[in-house]
Amino acid sequence: MLDDPAVALTILVLALFVGVEIISKVPTLLHTPLMSGSNAISGITIVGALLAAGGEERNLAAWLGFVAIILATINVVGGFAVTHRMLAMFKGKEQR
Amino acid sequence: MIDWSSFAYLAAAVLFILGIKGLGSAKTAGTGNVLAATGMLLAIVATLYLTRVVQLELILGGIVIGALIGSLLAKKIEMTAMPEMVALLNGFGGAASALVGISEYLSRQGETTGGMVSIAIVLSLLIGSLTFTGSLIAFGKLQGLLSSQPVTYPAQQVVNALILSAGLGLGVLLATSPFSELYLVLLLSVALLLGILAVLPIGGGDMPVVISLLNSYSGLAACATGFVLGNAGLVISGSLVGASGLILTKQMCEGMNRSLLNVLFSAFGKHVESKGADTANKTARSFTPEDAAIIFSNAETCVMVPGYGLAVAQAQHAAQELATVLEERGVKVSYAIHPVAGRMPGHMNVLLAEANVPYEQLVEMDDINPEFPETDVALVIGANDVVNPSARTDEDSPIYGMPLLDVDFARNVFVIKRSMNPGFAGVQNPLFFNENTMMIFGDAKNVLLELVTSIKES
Repeated sequence: MLDDPAVALTILVLALFVGVEIISKVPTLLHTPLMSGSNAISGITIVGALLAAGGEERNLAAWLGFVAIILATINVVGGFAVTHRMLAMFKGKEQR
Repeated sequence: MIDWSSFAYLAAAVLFILGIKGLGSAKTAGTGNVLAATGMLLAIVATLYLTRVVQLELILGGIVIGALIGSLLAKKIEMTAMPEMVALLNGFGGAASALVGISEYLSRQGETTGGMVSIAIVLSLLIGSLTFTGSLIAFGKLQGLLSSQPVTYPAQQVVNALILSAGLGLGVLLATSPFSELYLVLLLSVALLLGILAVLPIGGGDMPVVISLLNSYSGLAACATGFVLGNAGLVISGSLVGASGLILTKQMCEGMNRSLLNVLFSAFGKHVESKGADTANKTARSFTPEDAAIIFSNAETCVMVPGYGLAVAQAQHAAQELATVLEERGVKVSYAIHPVAGRMPGHMNVLLAEANVPYEQLVEMDDINPEFPETDVALVIGANDVVNPSARTDEDSPIYGMPLLDVDFARNVFVIKRSMNPGFAGVQNPLFFNENTMMIFGDAKNVLLELVTSIKES
C-alpha cells in the first residue's frame, strides 16, 4: 500500500501537521495524561509485533515478535489504564 | 482484492486523533481516552482477523502476559512516580518497535535491499533501541537507582558524535548490503550504547525534557515500523506521538528558558556554586506557624506555589487541608503552577488533582502573574528556582531569563523550606531576604498541618 515513497511521505507530513494542531490545544493542566495517553498510542507498533509472531513458521523472527507483543501490550494496557486513573481524579468544583 | 485491514487501521487512526482532541479539556478528556483505547482494540482485532496472521498461541500468550503486567503497573504506581512509569513505557514501546524491525529484517533475507523498506528497518532499529536504553537510564535516574548528577568525562561530546556517526554508517551499510548478521548485531549494539551515553550526562532536574523527547522518539520508532510494514495507520499514529513529544519538549525548554541543545549537552546542575545575588550581609526572617496563622487569618486572597519539594514531602493533602480551612474563613485560594513544576510536563496538576484540589483552582503562570500584586499572601511550598527574582534582574545568574512566578510582588510571602540550601540550579535566592518575605523552616507537611491547627484556633 505504501510502496510509493512519495505517498508515504505525504501521509507522514500531513499527520505531523494534524498532530501539532490538536496537541497544541491540550492545556498544560492535562499534559501528564497527554503523555501517558500518547505513549499508549505509540504502542500501535503492536500491529507489527502481531504480524511478526503470527506467521506460519515458529522461527527466531516469530519469537522476537512474541517478546515485542509482551512489551507493546504493557505499553498499551499500562498507558491507557494509568491515563484513565489520572483523568478520573480531575474533577471540577461542582462535581465534588 | 480489497485489503479491509487498511480501513480498520484508518478508523483506528481517526479514533486516536479524536481521543487526543478530547484531551483539550478536562470535561471531555475521559471520553477521549476511551476513544483512543477503542481505536487500539480495533487495530489489534483487525490484525488478527484480516491479515496474514495464522498462528494464535504465541500472540495470545504475549497479550495475556503484557496485559497482566501493564494493568498491575497502572494500578500500583504512585502518582509521584508517574515520570518513572512514563519513562518505562516509552522504553518498552521503543524496544517493541526495534524487535519488530529485527524480526522483519530476518524474515526478508534474500529480498532486494536499498529501498525505502530497508531504510525504514534501519530507522526503527536505531530509534527503537536508543529509546529503550535511554529510557532505562532516565528511569534509573528518576528512581534513584543511578546518581541524578550528570555523568561527564573528557571529550564526551566528541566520543558521542563518533558513536553516532558509526551508528549512521552502519545503518547505511545494513540498508544497502545483502543480509548480514554482523552488521545487524553491530548496529544494535551501537544504538543501545548511544541511548545510554546520550542520557547519562543529563542531570536529574532536566529529566522532564528527556522524557518528553523519548516520548517523541517512541512515536517516531512506531512510525518507522509503519514504513517497514507499509501500514499507513502506524505511520499516522506514530507521527501523532512524535509531534506530541516534540511540542512538550519545546514547552519544557521554554519553561526553563534554555535551548534543547543546552539541556542535552551542558550537564546542567553539575557545578553547584552560590554566585549571583549579593546576600552576604542580609538575614532571612524566620517565623513560626503560629505567627504566620495570624497573617493568614486576616488575608482575603492566598496563592499557593507548590514545587517538587511539596511532592517529596507528600504534602499535597496537607496543602489542600489548609486551602479548605482558609476557604471556610472566606479566603480566596488558588494554586500557581509553573510550567516545569514537578518532574514531567503537567505533573504538579496531577499530584494536586489526586489530593482533590478542583482543577479550576490550578492557574497557569501567565494567568496568575498579574494577580500577585493584589494577593495578600503567597505561600511557597518546596519551590525555589521558579520564584527566584534574580532570573528577572541579575544578568550573571545561571537562571537569568527563566520565566518566573512573580511571588515577590505579593503583599506577604511565606516560604516553607527545610533549610537555606540553594535549589537545583545551585543559585542563592534573594527572595528569602526580601522585607515582605517570612521563612517557615521545617518539613512541608508538618508546617502545613501546624498552620491548619493554628488557624483553626485563632
